[in-house]
Amino acid sequence: MGKRVGLEVTVAVAEAVALCRIDMAGVYPITPQSHIAEHLSNLVADGVLDAEFVTVESEHSAMSAVIGASAAGARSYTATASQGLLLMNELLPIASAMRLPICMAIANRAVSGPLNILNDHTDIMPQRDTGWIAVFAENGQEAVDLSIQAFKIAEHKDVMLPVCVNIDGFQLTHMVEPVELPTQEEVDRFLPPFTPHATLHPARPVTMGAFAMSDYFAEIMKAKDEAIKNSKPVILDIWTEWERMFGRSYKPVETYRSEDADILMLTMGSMGETARLAVDELRERGVRAGLLKLRLWRPFPFEELKAAIGGAKKLIVTDRAISFGGPGGPVFSEVKSALYAQKQRPIIYNYIFGLGGRDVQVKEFVAMFDKVISDVDNKMADTYEFWGVRE
Amino acid sequence: MTLKTWRELPIGCVVSEPGSASEYHTGSWRSQRPIWDNAKCIKCGICYIFCPEGCVQQSEDGFYAANLDYCKGCGICAHECWPRAIKMVEED
Repeated sequence: MGKRVGLEVTVAVAEAVALCRIDMAGVYPITPQSHIAEHLSNLVADGVLDAEFVTVESEHSAMSAVIGASAAGARSYTATASQGLLLMNELLPIASAMRLPICMAIANRAVSGPLNILNDHTDIMPQRDTGWIAVFAENGQEAVDLSIQAFKIAEHKDVMLPVCVNIDGFQLTHMVEPVELPTQEEVDRFLPPFTPHATLHPARPVTMGAFAMSDYFAEIMKAKDEAIKNSKPVILDIWTEWERMFGRSYKPVETYRSEDADILMLTMGSMGETARLAVDELRERGVRAGLLKLRLWRPFPFEELKAAIGGAKKLIVTDRAISFGGPGGPVFSEVKSALYAQKQRPIIYNYIFGLGGRDVQVKEFVAMFDKVISDVDNKMADTYEFWGVRE
Repeated sequence: MTLKTWRELPIGCVVSEPGSASEYHTGSWRSQRPIWDNAKCIKCGICYIFCPEGCVQQSEDGFYAANLDYCKGCGICAHECWPRAIKMVEED
């Protein structure tokens, strides 16, 4: 077992990625991700990590470079945030269609405009339908663990899909947290060498990323959808193996004091830590409150979510992004559609908060619960509200 | 060509057989075909040079014709043929 050390989360993530013995990293610096790039390039320059660090000229090039490297059979990594992720956008569905097991950290940051460098989820949400497996970390340890698990999930022969690990910008990336890094021996035992499904090699010529017309396009989309859906049992197995090796449990939907809860809140990412304190406070007051934390965003864990909601009467879904002119936050619309066919389902509410890095404190989470509890006639049900916005 | 089902597709749709694109007969896209009038043809080969598909071939007697497996019927050969020996005719 590795030592428990205090590390900035970005540095810890870079150390974890180095333990995965990546062959190549193609990263363009962008706040709040840059320290991952910086630390990885230091590790390569110092000879600690035997990998190619490609200093690309943009995020579009970063994703292009990792696609090329992965297609050549290299374990490839990148990291980005916000505008950088948007610049990568056109290549994300190509990486997943080519079934290249690239891993990427997203230091979640608000998308411009106005320009803002702080944390929310408006960067990852527009990438929802690109065919990437997406997980969210709640703290530094999870960011480390998920970064290592990501390679094993991505490279599993029944998956072969890219994975993005979402780490809230600043709230997580720039915190110095106590983190336990596994030893090299442990990571080597957990993560076998990368065996690609096909490689670009002059001796065995293949075409990757070929053209397809209407006679094949739909079949290819169907195959991709099945591939990402079928990745869930593999993800669950890998999380079980992780727990056995390292003692830390990972589930698609994490629960906290939810078993007998009348009212539940659902969060994604670092806000779960604060919401948990609010649940404790409400429990002390005798309110049967609980918390669900959505870890696995894609593939969406329908069954696990329904099981975790159980018989709760009210569910507050929180979002850190908005679908303008749409049904509210993207998590809200997803959860609603997941519950549509259920005979018994909770009354559902949506709070959009923490935009552009705005802090949400414990007392505000308590106030959200109180507001929903006081809505006895369910007048606010099925609506969304920008929490704390000045009227 | 029998079309594969989604289950039969290789992972990532990797094409593992080099040169297999020739099995795809793009001639099926054609709505017009080029017809050569060898009485007007001066065997200059401009049709052969301009064909973007590379499907115009010269026969042993020096005259030209399109391989209809790949000719998409774009009409560039007919447009470029200055003795006007090539006519585009509608496919049935």
